Amino acid sequence: MMKVRFFELAVGVFVLLGIGALFYLAVQVSNVTDYHDRDTYTVSGYFDNIGGLKTRAPVTVSGVRIGRVADIRYDPERFRAEVTLAIRSEHDYLPMDTQAAIHTAGLLGEQYIALEPGGDYDALQEGDELMFTQSALVLENLIGRFMTNMGSD
Amino acid sequence: MTDAIASLGRTTINALTVFGRAFIFLIRMLASLDIVFRRFGLTLVQVYSVGVRSLLIIIVSGLFVGMVLAYQGYITLVNFGAAEALGSVVALSLVRELGPVVTALLFAGRAGSALTAELGLMKTTEQLSAMEMMAVNPYRRIFAPRFVAGFLSMPLLAAIFSAVGVMGGYLVGVGLLGVDSGAYFSQMQSMTDWNEDVLSGVIKSIVFGFVVTWIAVFQGFNAQPTSEGISRATTQTVVVSSLAVLGLDFILTGLMFGAG
Repeated sequence: MMKVRFFELAVGVFVLLGIGALFYLAVQVSNVTDYHDRDTYTVSGYFDNIGGLKTRAPVTVSGVRIGRVADIRYDPERFRAEVTLAIRSEHDYLPMDTQAAIHTAGLLGEQYIALEPGGDYDALQEGDELMFTQSALVLENLIGRFMTNMGSD
Repeated sequence: MTDAIASLGRTTINALTVFGRAFIFLIRMLASLDIVFRRFGLTLVQVYSVGVRSLLIIIVSGLFVGMVLAYQGYITLVNFGAAEALGSVVALSLVRELGPVVTALLFAGRAGSALTAELGLMKTTEQLSAMEMMAVNPYRRIFAPRFVAGFLSMPLLAAIFSAVGVMGGYLVGVGLLGVDSGAYFSQMQSMTDWNEDVLSGVIKSIVFGFVVTWIAVFQGFNAQPTSEGISRATTQTVVVSSLAVLGLDFILTGLMFGAG
């Protein structure tokens, strides 16, 4: 009887440890919490060039993360990239004329969307479109421009 | 000339025979899985001997693998001024690859060989035949509980390995090398995806658990009933299951991460 109890205890501890490890991987190591911000509203923006932006990239205001990129697709009618942003519902104060720019974290880091609030009185709502967007910096274009400037001197 | 061709043919036929026997064995084992729900105690004891008793080696290896990863990763990353990315390097390599694969290799050495030796000795001392004489089905009484125990233990062990490895990386990276503690975890969280990285690691470890336990139990069942046969079967278990794990890992990695 004692023997069975010992096996049960040991196996119970083992299973708890395993599940605990999975839980640790979920909470501490991976970004599973992102799946929980269900309370979001989406706005879209059209960019000339999104560079290396990927879905699930962060959306920030003044560097504070308030949402993520939900979807990226190419709009064949406007010939521009349509980026859908999912922003957490508690950030419902962003003015209509908020600007969106694609920035790079560090010199070679991941790209993210930085929002710059404007001065409009109306706030962005579900399904709205961002009026002002700024494309990603493409290094080749910069170098090209630099070279032509050098040549014209 | 004909001798050479004949021996090639013989080798092929023998290999196919073993494969066939292994599959029939697997199907008969899967058909008697209901014993697990009827008499869970049998499986419980096996989870103890296969899983719980592998904990120590898994935790120690995980800790050291994580610490070494942090050291080596730091040396490379600091050249690019990207030492903050250490957390994501450690976590991604552990969760995607090293966790499942190293756990499976250790599991084959620690638990698989023990299973094979135990079953081989049971066969040699005719315990299995004795059971059949008493109308006890050895597939239900012996094989199925062991198989399920290994199959259940592997994913848990791999998760423990990865979690302990991340902590080991933290010890060395943050404690010894001076990487910022916040950057270690925030980089880790921004790069590691639950579905894409952690779950595919879990799927890998489930597949490895299935294959390693299957090979181990089959090798015990298929062993020559001599002391030499048992030793050969035990070696075979470790060699074949290690090769199977490495080969399968390559295929699974290609399927999971190749297309993206």
